[in-house]
Amino acid sequence: MNLENVTLISFGYFEKGLLDKVVKDVEHEFLLPVKTREGHLDLSHFFDPSRRQYDGYRLLKEIDLYFSNDTDKTLGLFNVDLFIPILTYIFGQAYLNGRAGIASIYRLRNERYGIFKDEKLLVNRFRKEVIHELGHTFGLIHCYNPTCVMRSSTYVEDIDQKDQHLCLKCREQLSIQTTIQT
Amino acid sequence: MARKISILIVDDEESVRDSLYNWFIEDGYHVECAENAKKALTILQSDSYDIILADIKMPGMDGLEMLKRIKSLKSDAIVIIMTAFATVDTAVQALKDGAFDYVTKPFDPDDLSHLIRNASKQISLIEENEILKDKVSSLENVEDIIGHSEAMQEVFRQIESVAQSTASVIITGESGTGKELVAKAIHSNSPRKFFPMVSVHCGALTESLLESELFGHEKGAFTGAIYNRKGRFEMADSGTIFLDEIATISPKMQVELLRVLETKCFVRVGGNKEISSDFRVLCATNRDLKSMVEKGLFREDLYYRLNVVNIHVPPLRNRVEDIPLLIEYFIKKYCLSMNRPVMPIEPAAQQRMEQYSFPGNIRELENMIERAIVVGNGKKIQLRDLPLIKEKSNPSFESLDDLGKKHILQILNKYSWNITVSAKALKLDRVTLYNKIKKYGLTQPK
Repeated sequence: MNLENVTLISFGYFEKGLLDKVVKDVEHEFLLPVKTREGHLDLSHFFDPSRRQYDGYRLLKEIDLYFSNDTDKTLGLFNVDLFIPILTYIFGQAYLNGRAGIASIYRLRNERYGIFKDEKLLVNRFRKEVIHELGHTFGLIHCYNPTCVMRSSTYVEDIDQKDQHLCLKCREQLSIQTTIQT
Repeated sequence: MARKISILIVDDEESVRDSLYNWFIEDGYHVECAENAKKALTILQSDSYDIILADIKMPGMDGLEMLKRIKSLKSDAIVIIMTAFATVDTAVQALKDGAFDYVTKPFDPDDLSHLIRNASKQISLIEENEILKDKVSSLENVEDIIGHSEAMQEVFRQIESVAQSTASVIITGESGTGKELVAKAIHSNSPRKFFPMVSVHCGALTESLLESELFGHEKGAFTGAIYNRKGRFEMADSGTIFLDEIATISPKMQVELLRVLETKCFVRVGGNKEISSDFRVLCATNRDLKSMVEKGLFREDLYYRLNVVNIHVPPLRNRVEDIPLLIEYFIKKYCLSMNRPVMPIEPAAQQRMEQYSFPGNIRELENMIERAIVVGNGKKIQLRDLPLIKEKSNPSFESLDDLGKKHILQILNKYSWNITVSAKALKLDRVTLYNKIKKYGLTQPK
């Protein structure tokens, strides 16, 4: 396999220019060209009425099966509340060392928690979440470094605590993984 | 670096298994899945997992039944029970059966992280505990028993071989040879080491006191018994009881003791409830129990009950080569305890000690060193600091033959029974020395 690019596919509405703000940092972090495009998917098939959320487990499978064939790493971006059967919610999920991942902006918005809207903070959070999930597709596991972007975040405030960059250890690990994959 | 925690997920729903798998794998855990309890138990027979996350409702064997089976295989296994339909009954049952936690699906990501972190902490505590236990057991060795002589090496070998068993042991030897230390070493190296070793000095107690001491008493059993009191046998439950000076116990107590040793059950003085205790018996005596049996002073059946293994601790005069080591050990011990620099011993003083017969054995040597450090000049131990000098000048009431025998034995032991060297030291020819050995009935210690 030749690692040539990363594709971010947006499903649903995203604020104008938001994805562009993320792309540059993703390119910088993984040193790979990043493409963006819109994807079309009937999300109602993934809606669970009892939980009033969207099934992230099935969405990830869908992205992996039908949207990742012509690219090396694909991340599906959503604007809906995601869950997996065992957890009440997720910010995102990815196949470790796989080719697909998903991330949602839904729970990153301040408004969801009754706080004032903060566009800058939202972009920062989304950027970190995208890099984090892509990091998993490159084989990176959760990092214990409190500022590393690969640190596990279970609350939105946890995302604010970390940096948008990989720590040295994870960067080293990334270069090993990409060498193996190429 | 901390080792990778392994997790086994047992759930009949593929989506649950997969999403948990993905979640944990991103955390760097080693994860395996099983779709039912039967498969999980098969996996657990060949591999060991640190944490088992199991659903309650599964076709075939349910999670609670699986929990019981896992616990019977590995009692310290960490099993977390998950359910979508939580009830108080199942929660109570799961925790009663030894589940580490009981969680309702779906749970918050943070709760899942906490759960696994707590379980990992528990695992590291268990592992740490094991490591510390190993460290403690390696500390509790026979270091306090000093001796490089062949006779002491034999004692060490015997301690090692009997420690792992539950057999009764009689430790024989003259007063002051370190019988109690041998008992402690047996206990410390036995599987009972984490339970108490209870010592009873039988010679220091009257018959009625010994009875109350060994079996305990109920409130009001006798004048002054104002509280219930546990006996030494009860206190030694799961551990070891060490009966020192066993030869001094009365015929009545011998009968009582025999019964307790056979049944491991007894009744407190003044009580009527039978108490059972799982103890191991070690006893010590400086008397010849066998000849006491022959004379009818000690019960034969009790003798055989106690004398499953006999360890004889040799007197110091039979292991003269250990004296320098013991001197060095006690100098260090007492200098350190008195906060003084470790001092050397004058060669003349050491030589004199090596020639001394030490009737009080190691206890006498220890006291002698302690005294010398206390009364000495603080720089080195000198001949004048040793009380045995005076003793040496005391007239001996032993016969010439006895003295000759003792001296020849001392020289033989000193030169490891090398006849040529010993004969030279004694200024005798080898044939004469052989004749003397035969005459005095001297034998080389094994």
